[in-house]
Amino acid sequence: MDITKPVHQGTLTLKSRLGRYTSRLGKYKPVVWLLPFIAFFYLFQIAPMVWVLINSFIYDGEWTIENYSEIFDSTFILQGFSNSLWIAFWSSFIGLILAAILVSSLRHLNSRIRDAIVAFTNMSSNFSGVPLAFAFIIILGTNGAITLLLRQWGILGDFDLYSKSGLLALYIYFQIPLGALLLYPAFDALKKDAYEASQLLGASSFKYWIKIGLPILSPALLGSFIILFANAIGAYASVYALTNGNYNMVTIRIASLVSGDLFLEPNLAAAISTLLMLLLGVITAVNQWLIARSYNG
Amino acid sequence: MDNNNLFIHKSVVYGLSGILFMPILATFIYSFSSSWGATILPDGFTIKWYTQLLTDPRFLEAFMRSLFICISSLLLAMILVLPMIFVIFYYYPTLDKVMNILILLPFAVPPVVSSVGLLELYADSSVQLIGTPWILIGTYFTIALPFMYRAISNSFSTINIRDLVDAAHLLGASTTKAYLLIILPNLKKGLLASTFLSFSFLLGEFVFANILVGTRYETLQIYLYNMRQTSGHFTSALVMTYFVFIFVCTWLATHFSKGNK
Repeated sequence: MDITKPVHQGTLTLKSRLGRYTSRLGKYKPVVWLLPFIAFFYLFQIAPMVWVLINSFIYDGEWTIENYSEIFDSTFILQGFSNSLWIAFWSSFIGLILAAILVSSLRHLNSRIRDAIVAFTNMSSNFSGVPLAFAFIIILGTNGAITLLLRQWGILGDFDLYSKSGLLALYIYFQIPLGALLLYPAFDALKKDAYEASQLLGASSFKYWIKIGLPILSPALLGSFIILFANAIGAYASVYALTNGNYNMVTIRIASLVSGDLFLEPNLAAAISTLLMLLLGVITAVNQWLIARSYNG
Repeated sequence: MDNNNLFIHKSVVYGLSGILFMPILATFIYSFSSSWGATILPDGFTIKWYTQLLTDPRFLEAFMRSLFICISSLLLAMILVLPMIFVIFYYYPTLDKVMNILILLPFAVPPVVSSVGLLELYADSSVQLIGTPWILIGTYFTIALPFMYRAISNSFSTINIRDLVDAAHLLGASTTKAYLLIILPNLKKGLLASTFLSFSFLLGEFVFANILVGTRYETLQIYLYNMRQTSGHFTSALVMTYFVFIFVCTWLATHFSKGNK
């Protein structure tokens, strides 16, 4: 055929070379399908994060740590941090304990009730943010039905929905369903035989939980705690809706520095944001370390 | 002893669920009450708050805007994620580990922090993004991403994608054809479950909507917030309508994820 003719040979090798070239390109063709995803993920997730990190070190167009020293000089911003940490810690702690009690009792009920309650917690975990704040105002606000009931019984104390105690109640409310959903699968690790064996050996229920139950659950408890904590410290909608942005929390400070009516300082907001992410990073690292330790122990 | 224990467990479960249920129930009753002032029980019942809400054009517009944003961002997420997961699982399975870390970012970086960067980065963009629904569609894609990736990659690990695609190749189908006709139908349930779950999540999103867009494109959550000064009964009716919607979406999500087993 034509292959024997020298004139065509040249074009053929060129063709086969081209073919080899395109087939090598073809090997990378699937990557093309990743590009749109990478572009969008970069534009809306990576780039904003990188902007925050870089600009937190820029003040008046110069590289400096001025923004950070401004944070540590401002008692107002530091108060925002301490309020956020306080509420995030206690709401996660109390919420997790209540969720653990709920889940451990839930496992003793029959499957129909169990499924119904799991479905309900699933649903109520979506009841958060602005709608939840409004619901709380209706029942626990100054003239809320529960407030009136409790006041009538004289057990209200100095509870005020728009203060620290009210916010804590609101945060615990949205932590319980989330905690329950996170812990529910973990309780599968508790085998009934272990409990029965401990009872046979004469241990009390209390001793069983201290010596067997909690150590088995501790990685799940710690892991869930960090998710609840991150969820609480990053929360913005519920506190904003409840107090109109008047309660001093770190997310409220960040938002007011970029979208408030006056004194816009995006780079200061970036520095607060970076500190917030650093804080979350440190807590996650400590937590991972505790989890690793509890697995080995 | 056992009966006694069962009683304790039942009271714990019903007690705690009861507390969780209380705000929902109170909002429900409030939305049907004609007035409920400084008394423990309402004075009378009415549906006027619902008729007022459902005939308010501002509400209907906000609702439509929310639906538009949520549906568009879920479509965008599907268009971006479906080919991406297939390419990762079929050609570069090692990338799955990288992806599992990347999809944590939307959780690890609070929306307030992301919005600081977004606001400054796109404030002077040549195509206006801030204050328009387009920036929300982009950011909502990142919110939906972890749910979608997890659910779809779970479906992928239950089917043997190499054998399926190889079999299709032997029968003369191209990879694209094999993907569209064989792989995609297998992902339907995981995809639907994660779509409804993300949908109920996105419908409740307030932070990005408030900081990046605000009243310039009033979504359902922003409308709800702006209505805070009006009658509490009216906002209750609004919250309940929203909650029924969320309820249906979560129910559909659990329905589809159950069918997946």
